[in-house]
Amino acid sequence: MSERLLFELTVFILSIFVGFEVISKVPSMLHTPLMSATNAIHGIVVVGAMLVAGAAIGGEIGRTLGIAAMILATVNVVGGFAVTGRMLQMFKAKPTAPDPQAKKS
Amino acid sequence: MSMLRVPSLEIVYLITGVLLIIGLKFLSSPARAKTGNLLAGIGMVLAVVVTGLDTRILNWTDIIIGALIGVPIGYFSARAVKMTAMPQMVALFNGAGGGAAALVASGEYLRLNAAHATTPGELVPILLSLIIGAVSFAGSLVAFAKLQELMTGRPVTYPGQQVVNALIVLAIVALCVLMLVGHATPPLFVAVAVLAALLGVVGVLPIGGADMPVVISLLNSFTGVAVAITGFVLGSTVLIISGTLVGASGTLLTMLMSKAMNRSLANVLFGAFGSAPKGGAAGAAAAGGGGPVRSASAEDVATLLAYSRSVIIAPGYGMAVAQAQHSVRELSAALEKRGVDVKFAIHPVAGRMPGHMNVLLAEANVPYSQLFEMDQINPEFEHTDVALVIGANDVTNPAARNVSNSPIYGMPILDVDKAANVIVLKRSMNPGFAGIDNPLYENPKCMMLFGDAKDSVSKLAAGVAAA
Repeated sequence: MSERLLFELTVFILSIFVGFEVISKVPSMLHTPLMSATNAIHGIVVVGAMLVAGAAIGGEIGRTLGIAAMILATVNVVGGFAVTGRMLQMFKAKPTAPDPQAKKS
Repeated sequence: MSMLRVPSLEIVYLITGVLLIIGLKFLSSPARAKTGNLLAGIGMVLAVVVTGLDTRILNWTDIIIGALIGVPIGYFSARAVKMTAMPQMVALFNGAGGGAAALVASGEYLRLNAAHATTPGELVPILLSLIIGAVSFAGSLVAFAKLQELMTGRPVTYPGQQVVNALIVLAIVALCVLMLVGHATPPLFVAVAVLAALLGVVGVLPIGGADMPVVISLLNSFTGVAVAITGFVLGSTVLIISGTLVGASGTLLTMLMSKAMNRSLANVLFGAFGSAPKGGAAGAAAAGGGGPVRSASAEDVATLLAYSRSVIIAPGYGMAVAQAQHSVRELSAALEKRGVDVKFAIHPVAGRMPGHMNVLLAEANVPYSQLFEMDQINPEFEHTDVALVIGANDVTNPAARNVSNSPIYGMPILDVDKAANVIVLKRSMNPGFAGIDNPLYENPKCMMLFGDAKDSVSKLAAGVAAA
C-alpha cells in the first residue's frame, strides 16, 4: 500500500466518524434542510470537474465529458446552496407577532 | 497527476473541510442553521478559487462554458421551484452530483487509457466512482419522475424482477473483473456505465412513492460516497473529506427515516411496499372497506372547532399539494383568537421528506412552539376535543397498530383516533400514497370533509371567525 493511499484511507475513515458524529442530534424539523445542505456539499465534485475540464485531455470526447461534468457539478452546487438557503429563509426567528401577509412566495 | 500537490493549496482545502464540518454542525440547530449554510458556502467558494490556481488546469475554456450553462440552471431552478416540489428538486440536484462524479471518473479513465496506464490500483476507484455515481444519477431521475408524477408513484413490479436486478449486478461485477485483469477497453467501460445507470433505474422502480424520502436520502449518501471515491481518483483530500461527510451523515439520516417508519432499510428497498394489498380491498373501488363513512359540511366543522377547547392539527402531504399552509395558519390564528388551544402534530414522515411539514408551516409563519413531534403529542390526543387531519392518510392509519398483514403494520402513527372528535380533510376517498385503506374513516368519531384542502381550510377559517 502506497503512502498516499494510506494517508487517503486515514482521512476517509476519520471523515466517516466525523460525518456520523456531526449530525447525530438534529431536530426532525431540520431534516429536510439538512438533507438539502449535504446535497449541496457533495457539489464539491465541482473541484474534480474543474480539474477534468481544465486538463483538456482526450480530444472531443474528453472535452464533452469535461463540459458535461462542469454543467452537472455547477447545477448541483449552485442549486443545492440556493435551495437550502430558501428553506432556511423560512426558519426566521419569530420573537414578534408573526405577520401572515409578509410572504407571498 | 495526483502527486503534484502544492502545500499552500492543500492548506486552503483543509480550511474548506473544516468550514464544511462546522457548517454541518451548525445546520443541526435552528438558530444557527443559516450561519451553517453560509460557512459551508464560503468553504465551497474557497475550494473553487484555490482549484483555479491548480497547475493541472491548462485550459479555462471548457470550465467557463460548463459553468456558464450550469450555474444559471442551478440558480434559477432553485429560485423557481415551489416549496412543495422541494423533495424532487433535491433529487434532481443530487442526480446531477452523481452524474458529475461519474463523468469525472470517466475523464480520468480517458486520460489513463490514452497514457496506457490503466493499472488496477487506478482502475478500482475509477470504476467504483463511475458505478455509484451512475446509479445515483439514474436512480435520482426515477425518484424525480415519481414525485413529479411524470410516472406512477406506485411500485413498478414484474415477474422475475429480483432475478433481472441480480443479473445486472453480476454483469457489472464480471465486466469490472475483466477490466481489472487487463481488458480495460473503452467499450467495456461504457458498458459498465450503462449497466450501472440501468441498475439505478430498476433499483428505484419497485419502490413506492411513499418511500421516496428514504430513497432520496440514500441516493444522496451514494453521491457523497461517489464524490469521496472521486477524491481517491484525483488524489484530492477535500473531495474525500466532503464526500465522506455526506456519505456518512446521509446514511445516518436514511436509517433515522426508515426507523421512523419502523422498517428496515432492506425492507424499504426490496419489499415492493404498496404492492402488498393486492389480495383484499385494494384499488379505487375500495371506499374504505365498505363501512359507513360520515361526511360533514364546512359549517358543521367550523362550529365544532370554534366551540372546542383544544384542537390538534395533523398535516400531511395533502396540505402540501393544495398549498394550504397559509390557510392553515389563518385557521389556527382564528381559533387562538377564540381562546382555543391549537397544536400541530408532526409525524416524522408526513409529507414527502422528514421535516417537510415543518418547512411548509414555517413558510406560513406558524411558530415552532406550536409544532410537536409524534412522541410528544401522542399522549395528548386523549385530552383533546378535536383532531383535525389535513391531507394526512397513512401516518394516521390505525391499521398500522392492529392489522398484522397491512404493509404499514408496526409503523408508529399519530393517535388521532384517541381524540374526542376526528375531522379528516381529504380530496376524495382514494387511498393514500401507499395505496392502503384507512379504517379511521369508518370510526364513528370521525367525520370527513371532502374537497381541496386549501379550499376547505379557508372555509373553516372564515366559519370560525364568524362563529
